[in-house]
Amino acid sequence: MKRLKGYLGVDVGSVSTNLVALSEEGEVISYVYRRTQGQPIQAVQDGLAELRAQLPCEIEVKGVGTTGSARYLSGVIVGADIVKNEITAHAVAAMHVIPEVRTVFEIGGQDSKIIIIRDGIVVDFAMNTVCAAGTGSFLDHQATRLGIPIEKFGEIALRAKKGAQIAGRCTVFAESDMIHKQQIGYPVEEIVYGLCEALVRNYLNNLGKGKDLLPPIVFQGGVAANEGIKRAFEEALNGEVIVPKYHHVMGAIGAALLAQEATDDGEISNFKGFEVSQIDYETSSFFCGGCANNCEIVKIQVDGEVLARWGGRCGKWEVDGIGKRKALLF
Amino acid sequence: MKITFPHMGHIEFLLKDLFTRLDVDFIIPPPNSTETIKLGVRHAPELACYPLKVTLGNFIEGLEKGADTLIMAGGVGPCRFGYYAETQRRILKQLGYSFEMIRVEPPAAHPIQFIKSFKRVAPKKKIREIWKAIKVSFSKAQVMDFIEKKVLAIRPFEVNKGETTKTKKKAIKLLDQAFLESEIEKAKEEALNLLDSIPQDKEKPFLKIGLVGEFYLLLEPFVNFDLEELLGNMDIYLERGVYLTDWIGPSSKNPVMGVSNEEIAQAAFPYLSHFVGGEGRQTVGHTIIFAYQGFDGVIHLMPFTCMPELIAKSILPKISQDLDFPILTLVFDEQTGKAGLITRIEAFVELLISRRRKGLSPKRLIKIAYRGDSLELTGWKRR
Repeated sequence: MKRLKGYLGVDVGSVSTNLVALSEEGEVISYVYRRTQGQPIQAVQDGLAELRAQLPCEIEVKGVGTTGSARYLSGVIVGADIVKNEITAHAVAAMHVIPEVRTVFEIGGQDSKIIIIRDGIVVDFAMNTVCAAGTGSFLDHQATRLGIPIEKFGEIALRAKKGAQIAGRCTVFAESDMIHKQQIGYPVEEIVYGLCEALVRNYLNNLGKGKDLLPPIVFQGGVAANEGIKRAFEEALNGEVIVPKYHHVMGAIGAALLAQEATDDGEISNFKGFEVSQIDYETSSFFCGGCANNCEIVKIQVDGEVLARWGGRCGKWEVDGIGKRKALLF
Repeated sequence: MKITFPHMGHIEFLLKDLFTRLDVDFIIPPPNSTETIKLGVRHAPELACYPLKVTLGNFIEGLEKGADTLIMAGGVGPCRFGYYAETQRRILKQLGYSFEMIRVEPPAAHPIQFIKSFKRVAPKKKIREIWKAIKVSFSKAQVMDFIEKKVLAIRPFEVNKGETTKTKKKAIKLLDQAFLESEIEKAKEEALNLLDSIPQDKEKPFLKIGLVGEFYLLLEPFVNFDLEELLGNMDIYLERGVYLTDWIGPSSKNPVMGVSNEEIAQAAFPYLSHFVGGEGRQTVGHTIIFAYQGFDGVIHLMPFTCMPELIAKSILPKISQDLDFPILTLVFDEQTGKAGLITRIEAFVELLISRRRKGLSPKRLIKIAYRGDSLELTGWKRR
């Protein structure tokens, strides 16, 4: 059987866990998009098994990178060569797909970000801070309430001629406003599209404030699958918004690209192999009690051996479990 | 009388020293912990700024340990800090504690009230003796500031990871034990020499970041998640926009920082022409100075709902654009999580690194700034 060489990217977020196998040329060989369901270790293990099953042939993994809010944990599980924050990963992936990109919108399950790129470097970014009103979880919740499968949400939104005015600053108020609109007889597609417009308005006001949103604009993340949001962005900005083919796994693509960069000096990858999906990871926690902070320390073990330990404020218990990590600077 | 006070950076050393000189009985509240914050948050108004909540927690913990007199700083200008002492006094009275609250007004604005409040702390001492004690304790705290400043400059270059932090503890202990003026002089020299003897690799590439913002968040490592250590360990050279003795001292020259309030106000002038309370103008002015000094970027810290810093925060994006200078604002309160903080810092640091790689070095940045609207430049130079 032919053996391909490639790189793996793992993006474990609050809502979804995405894995990508990338060829040396940067083409997606296969990918997995699944729900994290609050169990990041399980999600990575199952995701790896699923990815392996999908691969057209055996691949030699030259490097693996992790990103997302569980990047350190998943880095320990897979044996990452590089662990990077999701802002950098998303920017790298966007520039890979559209090299001249100048603005990236990313809306995920529980956070959203905006990244401003000029001449191939990130020059500014913002992440939502105090409110999740503009994210995927919100849409998910509202879709359930309207009895619409989230996959159909965009399609229905596109049917609307115009959107209903919905107060989108706060999820709770948006919901009561939606109920009100339903009760006075607005058609469902106008409410759905109105919700998309509210989300976009909220996003642009919170994150886009004071930033020059120049084209090309790339829109990625799980929510980019929703054509209603894409339409709302295009109407609000009066211009084209590009949704890349693999928009939902861009973080993982970025992590794989970063892994390629990190291992280009010929170093052998830390990758622990696809077999990690069979290993039984024991996680446990205890309270330190060494001082008044009484930090909760989390421990990840395999057969009694500590792989990682973290959670304290002072670093007394810290074992980050990620072997050689690239020096941060330069 | 048993006096207690809130924590804020190394203010504990200053007050401990001062109360010893004044023969006043005191209790140091337990170090800031999650418990302190829990207590403060439970009893403070929800939208009060974060420092009020944490220091309220300190007072409760101090009172529980037997204190009967609380000392709290007052303030001037349109910032809620000036009301902390009174707000906290009322909350604590309602909780049923019996105590006396002594509010210390800033010495530069209210010198007479300032000394009067210490007369209340130590009624048996003569004013002259109190002045003398304050002067010596202050000079000791100033040495502490110089130690902190040096630590920030050494940590990115240390050869053995963690050595600077360890040595800092030794240096502070040395100074803490000094009491007489001559001993303080000696301890200063020894402590600074100790830090200088840390093996350093000056060839190491490094980034330069300026820290600006609200004083409590800048000074108290517990509430900013040890930000300085975190950044220092990423090989980042830091300079801070607030030092304790510069902040409380009567002089506007800021000897520790080396940049005077007048210079900062001038730098801020094109963007913010007047005092807005707290450190709002300092934040704006110092950010501009850091840009002119060739720093790679600035990190701005503020408590959630802080009014003066909110003003600064809305001005900073304009400065960032005009000077092509990266600025990251971080907002803190009891809800702040370390994970979100680290993600933002990592992304910011990478942004700075890629700028360096692109050749957007600080030097060239200065040129860009000079080439830009001349108002910024003349604004800073205006006397």
